[in-house]
Amino acid sequence: MKHEHPSSPINKVGDDVPHESAPLHVSGRATYIDDLPEPAGTLHAAFGLATVAHGRIRKLDLDDVRHAPGVVAVLTAADIPGENNCGPVLHDDPILADELVQFYNQPIFIVVARSHDAARRAARMAKVDYDVLPMIRDAAEAASAGNFVLPPVNVARGDADAALARAPHRLRGNVLLGGQEHFYLEGQIACAQLREDDTMHVHTSTQHPTEMQQVVAHMLGWRQHQVTAECRRMGGGFGGKESQSAQIACAAALAAWKLQRPVKLRLDRDDDMAITGKRHDFDIGYEVGFDDDGMILGVKFDLASRCGFSADLSGPVNDRAIFHADNCYYLDAIAVKSLRGKTNTVSNTAFRGFGGPQGMFAIEYVIDDIARTLDLDPLLVRQRNFYGTDPTGPRNLTHYGMAIEDNVAPALVAQLARDCDYEARRAAIAQFNEKSPVVKRGIALTPLKFGISFTATLFNQAGALVHVYADGTVMVSHGGTEMGQGLYTKIRQIAAHEFGLPVSDVRLTPTDTSRVPNTSATAASSGTDLNGKAVQQAAQAVRERIAAFFGPLHNVAPQDVVFADGMVTADGVSLPFGEVTAQAYRARIQLWDSGFYATPKIHYDAKTMKGRPFFYFAYGASVSEVAIDTLTGETKVLRVDVLHDVGKSINPAVDIGQIEGGFIQGMGWLTSEELWWRPDGKLMTHAPSTYKIPAASDCPPVFNVKLYDNSNVEDSIHRSKAVGEPPLMLPFSVFFAIRDAVAARTGGCPRLDAPATPEAILRALGELPALGAAA
Amino acid sequence: MQRPIQFWFRGRLQSVSEVSPTRTVLQWLREDVHATGSKEGCGEGDCGACTVTLGELDDTAPGGVRLRAVNSCIQFLPTLDGKALFTVEDLAGPAGSPQKLHPVQQAMVDCHGSQCGFCTPGFVMSLWADYESRANSGQCPTRDEINDTLSGNLCRCTGYRPIVDAAQKAWDMAPTHIDRNPIREVLETLSHLPSLDYSHNGQRFQAPHAVSELGAAIAAQPDAQLLSGSTDIGLWVTKHLKQLGNIIYLGACTELKQIDVHDDVLEIGAGVTLTDAFAALVADEPAWGEQARRFASTPVRNAGTLGGNVANGSPIGDSMPGLIALGTRIVLQHGARIREMPLDEFYLAYQKTAREPGEFVRALKVPRAPAGRIFRSYKVSKRQDQDISAVSAAFALFMDDAGRIGDARVAFGGMAATPKRAAACEAALRGQAWSEDTVRNAMAALDGDYAPLSDMRASSAYRSKVARNLLWRMWLETESMRGAVQADVRLPA
Repeated sequence: MKHEHPSSPINKVGDDVPHESAPLHVSGRATYIDDLPEPAGTLHAAFGLATVAHGRIRKLDLDDVRHAPGVVAVLTAADIPGENNCGPVLHDDPILADELVQFYNQPIFIVVARSHDAARRAARMAKVDYDVLPMIRDAAEAASAGNFVLPPVNVARGDADAALARAPHRLRGNVLLGGQEHFYLEGQIACAQLREDDTMHVHTSTQHPTEMQQVVAHMLGWRQHQVTAECRRMGGGFGGKESQSAQIACAAALAAWKLQRPVKLRLDRDDDMAITGKRHDFDIGYEVGFDDDGMILGVKFDLASRCGFSADLSGPVNDRAIFHADNCYYLDAIAVKSLRGKTNTVSNTAFRGFGGPQGMFAIEYVIDDIARTLDLDPLLVRQRNFYGTDPTGPRNLTHYGMAIEDNVAPALVAQLARDCDYEARRAAIAQFNEKSPVVKRGIALTPLKFGISFTATLFNQAGALVHVYADGTVMVSHGGTEMGQGLYTKIRQIAAHEFGLPVSDVRLTPTDTSRVPNTSATAASSGTDLNGKAVQQAAQAVRERIAAFFGPLHNVAPQDVVFADGMVTADGVSLPFGEVTAQAYRARIQLWDSGFYATPKIHYDAKTMKGRPFFYFAYGASVSEVAIDTLTGETKVLRVDVLHDVGKSINPAVDIGQIEGGFIQGMGWLTSEELWWRPDGKLMTHAPSTYKIPAASDCPPVFNVKLYDNSNVEDSIHRSKAVGEPPLMLPFSVFFAIRDAVAARTGGCPRLDAPATPEAILRALGELPALGAAA
Repeated sequence: MQRPIQFWFRGRLQSVSEVSPTRTVLQWLREDVHATGSKEGCGEGDCGACTVTLGELDDTAPGGVRLRAVNSCIQFLPTLDGKALFTVEDLAGPAGSPQKLHPVQQAMVDCHGSQCGFCTPGFVMSLWADYESRANSGQCPTRDEINDTLSGNLCRCTGYRPIVDAAQKAWDMAPTHIDRNPIREVLETLSHLPSLDYSHNGQRFQAPHAVSELGAAIAAQPDAQLLSGSTDIGLWVTKHLKQLGNIIYLGACTELKQIDVHDDVLEIGAGVTLTDAFAALVADEPAWGEQARRFASTPVRNAGTLGGNVANGSPIGDSMPGLIALGTRIVLQHGARIREMPLDEFYLAYQKTAREPGEFVRALKVPRAPAGRIFRSYKVSKRQDQDISAVSAAFALFMDDAGRIGDARVAFGGMAATPKRAAACEAALRGQAWSEDTVRNAMAALDGDYAPLSDMRASSAYRSKVARNLLWRMWLETESMRGAVQADVRLPA
């Protein structure tokens, strides 16, 4: 890590500045919404939940709920004055089910009581009769029934069928890729307060304050300027609070409006996991033609996903799966069919990677199959199929028509393979396996390329406000939200950098729709890219005004005024920043400004799915070595090496935190995190007792994470690259190392579904009946 | 007049009355005294965001006060009576004061150990409890030890590496330990108070200090809910929203917390925590090691008791297969009358035991290793730490002088409605040589012993397969010890 001034209190862009809230986190003083003092008279809400997966409500008897201790009111869809919808794209997402229930545990009423406990108890007392309707469970059932939330999408380049027909080798197969619960540690919460003159203030734990503002306004039949949404920090988001926070914000606001009292709705963990959407699980079908060297000649994918009962963000999620079905590989003839299955389950949603991981998993599985079929090192097959490095070369155009101009995958992968002794270790593992009948080891190197930008071009904009107070302290507002990823920390560095100030002189306001309007979700890894640029622009505008005031006073051109180390210097005259701003204030200089940024170069035609949806790509690769116990299917990750491209890092410590955290989260998705539904459609893995995210001991004992020495070829903020989502895909190497270990026993291409739970591994080993086989 | 609930909190004696006996410590902290540093992440003791540290009198601990982390979301407030409660707010000086962060906190900042920060107070309290437990030794923990300390704390952001780093880095700073003397003095004073007999809105919470008092109380109120570590009953309240009625708490009874090492048996009082019980079991029989480390999590083991796990009788309780395989006897008490029975006969049907109204579990008598006993206890689950078993297995072979299996006791959890012995498997082993043929026959016999369910933890087919394979694993381990198998038979720890 680079420390240009290790002893200096000035924390610069590029330094390992600790998270801006770290001292608050560790002392319990960082306030989340449930920690805020409750306004006098605050009531507490809970959802009443449906107990069928699909049905019509014949009779809704809420008398016992109303008469339960502490209950103040019970609200149903009929109480909603405006639109009963919290869906972000299509208006198909009821806040409260009205007559038609579409998934088990769908909210059908809100109970408001004097305490959280009283509301939860009362919510279970409803008597509901249903006419039960047949349910559709998963992607395969939806596909065969032709039941979709959005129409199927086909994207193709070349003639995949013809290429397959000509290919010397052909393979076809099917693999399941499970969903994932976000398991943000802070559950969904909102606290709404009706204020004067028909206005509403909502504290909401959300990645998307503007959308919360909009859906609450629409729900009340109001206009946007009547609602303010505010979020200082979330206890984790991961995509789960992009659109899914809307139902909670709307319910709290509805109750606050109806009862004219502040209302807090904090979901119990089990309710949260039962009600809110998750990562889409995919049922992947593939057919590939290749030559003797493992070069892919043609490939076809059927990507069927379980979207749940409503569209939510399933359109763009599945689009991103299509955009990432190439990962790092040039696919000359490709046909992708994307099926967006409508099912009687929670509405699946954004989750770190947003469909990208699912598309990339598909091609990685295919590559692994090819290598095993030809008995080649999978790494070699990967390398042979890489995109070229000549931006205008024939192998540099994606299937959606974007030229790749920044391909570092070949160099990055070569460096990683060399640094971690991939080849020697692979040989040693083969030797180990020959003598080890019970414990088998495996190794894999997987690369990643991830497109950065919202695929919907319009969201690639951001605004900011920078206030410099007369005493030289700085307050920054922007549209991004802090969910732990370190956005506020980086923003602080970016603003401090422009003024040459220590980061301690810069503070951030909570993110608030009344400060910066029309914001995009803090999503798509774009928080720092977009908001950082907007903040930089605002800060530069203020700095230029200060320079234009201070320079001429000392006969120096404004551009020659230096802001560094807390001082402003012009021609040898050096004054503390705060003294200069005090002077400027007295001279009636505007010491605040706004900034606005719209990502350049991107364009994309949603009809043809062609264009340049991404500003640039982030790259990375990892090598994992695992051991499996063939008696039980248990696994142990023994060693992981990561080399990841963040461009020029604004904060290496924060970036490494994202890489490691994303790695472990992705590893959980692919190994221990399993969603399991009862035959009647009830999700049974709805708490940490039954849904197993990685624990401390799952972190590999050897975990080497390095940043790749690179700079963004595009003019991003300080030439950095987005880091939020890409690392989620690094642990593909864990999955394929497990498959490598399985294959050490079985040979060939053992089918291994994800998550690779002990049971899935025993099945892959042929020790259990195949899925769908009669028991 | 009833006395209030009394405990050490924020440097002084705290008295609380007018709260429901099932108000959780976390609810009291967050809602009643507005100490919001401790968070609710799950409300079932599985995520650790609510972790606090409790102090109890213990002659063997530094300063005579033992500090251990527990999950405040499933502890009822009256169980604090006579104890000391520490939360994350206790570690650093008040906001704005010049007092620094505690080394554990400062190390977390320096190592970038927090991201969203919501789990962080819980991590800090688990690390602090461990830090304090090392006050005498001053020994920095190893990474494996830290993983165990943190087995009950989930973080979704960091991937844990920087937190584990921080746990070690804290030891590079000047040591900062609390002064336990004033705490011990107060706790000693409290220990001489009459037993807590607390009522609120018609609900009574009794916490007898003497076992005679306890026996009488339970005999007099056979319908009262018996409460020990509350690591399961806590969830009946926070998750099932059950009304418990009158409660009799076993955790204040010091006589139930004794471990007596006799020549032939370990007698473990029903109130001994799982932490202490497993320490004693492992000392006697190292093959308990895996269960000792993987049973629930550190904070759950610190609160939960072996007697509670056994009395609860869950089909997936992890202690019972091993105890049954070893031939443990359960000691039951009614008033002053004591009876005992083999533990396997205690379980009658799903959630039904032989405990009679008015009775309570007094102790467990675990036979100590006789010559020729080979014991193994295994746990298989989706995640290594803090998971509920898909299959939990224990095998005890008692070899006779001729080198044959004189007796075999095999018990499983997760395979039936109760922890259950495998009669057919035992029969296939008994009287046979410990050989590959015998093992194969005994594996096949297991199919006749169990018809397990399919659920979110595993399918029936998986459970049956793994049950057989665990017996095979035991065979391989013994062969490996003989040197007959040269390869690894287990994953590296």
